[in-house]
Amino acid sequence: MYTQALNTSDADDRNVEDAARAAAFQARIDADERIEPNDWMPAAYRKTLTRQISQHAHSEIVGMLPEGNWITRAPTLRRKAALLAKVQDECGHGLYLYAAAETLGTSREELVDAMLTGKAKYSLIFNYPTLTWADIGTIGWLVDGAAIMNQIPLCRCSYGPYARAMIRVCKEESFHQRQGFEIMLTLCRGTDEQKAMAQDALNRWWWPVLMMFGPPDKVSQHSDTSTKWKIKRFSNDELRQKFVDATVPQAQFLGLTIPDSEMKQDEAGHWVPGPIDWDEFKQVLAGNGPCNRDRLAARRKAHDEGAWVREAAAAYAEKRKRRQFAQAAE
Amino acid sequence: MATPNSPLWEVFIRSRNGLAHKHVGSLHAADATLALQAARDIYTRRGEGLSIWVVPSSAITASDPAEKGMMFEPAESKIYRHPTFYDVPEEVGHM
Repeated sequence: MYTQALNTSDADDRNVEDAARAAAFQARIDADERIEPNDWMPAAYRKTLTRQISQHAHSEIVGMLPEGNWITRAPTLRRKAALLAKVQDECGHGLYLYAAAETLGTSREELVDAMLTGKAKYSLIFNYPTLTWADIGTIGWLVDGAAIMNQIPLCRCSYGPYARAMIRVCKEESFHQRQGFEIMLTLCRGTDEQKAMAQDALNRWWWPVLMMFGPPDKVSQHSDTSTKWKIKRFSNDELRQKFVDATVPQAQFLGLTIPDSEMKQDEAGHWVPGPIDWDEFKQVLAGNGPCNRDRLAARRKAHDEGAWVREAAAAYAEKRKRRQFAQAAE
Repeated sequence: MATPNSPLWEVFIRSRNGLAHKHVGSLHAADATLALQAARDIYTRRGEGLSIWVVPSSAITASDPAEKGMMFEPAESKIYRHPTFYDVPEEVGHM
């Protein structure tokens, strides 16, 4: 009884204190200060960032699968070396991001488990298959291009470890987009069949790429608080528009047609796309995309097959530690 | 789930001769040797470094951000520690 009563008054005190701390926290954000791991932060800020950063990390890791699919079948040694380096980068990006997410207090193991059990999401774009070599070009050009649009503002995000990880990621991402565009350019300057292959890849990837920016502003559930906390600096629709405006001239240069008969250029010069099929978005998000099951199965298999390596490394470290203790005791 | 959570390491890289090692991030590894190898793969894919240090995160003692004021205020109030505090007549020239 007493304990309970005490607890209640504790909680009341904490609420009053939290209100003051929350105000001080918001003032720091408004002053463009960076928040660091040991600083006080509202529980919801911590939760939002843990979700966002770990989902971002999962996306980098799952993103290795569609591209890894083509490493052994790259058309030349030059393309193969570049693709291998790109896939290694994606792994590195995943690891920078996991490290940033962990500073918020959730262990790496828990984060990875949440992905493997299907509890945590990753970018829906990686649930589409890479059917031809042109898909590798399109992923670099468009998927990485869209990622850059999303990620550059994140370099100024209010959470220090996330912002610093994004600076490293963005530096490397530029190579990815250029290697993709070069693949497309080579195909578009090649035979009719090669150009048709490039057009087919663009046809299949264009709409899913537009969906990467998330639901339209009027229905997006996370935007308001994320903007207030300076995690997000531009809305989904703003970023999508920027991407479309940047991409249309590139497609024209390649001589490819964007598969959107309703797209128009408005008076301000912006390219306004036709309506996006948000039912498809919901379906893929709900796990019913073309490759959702494959991707998770591949991640689980890799995790399980790597278990002996983790166990052996841990056992070896433990043995060495014990030997050191024994020597010190002598 | 039999494997214990692997320890966290902080990574420091000397990017050029003559510069100090600078903190670049962290990683998980079972021991120091694996931590060095992982640091090479994760943080120096484009010639970012000449030398790497890895330090167990648990070995770092950090100051408390909540006590920032108490910790650093003494330095802020002592403006006489800066050369600009002292007036030197112009005719003396650069000093």
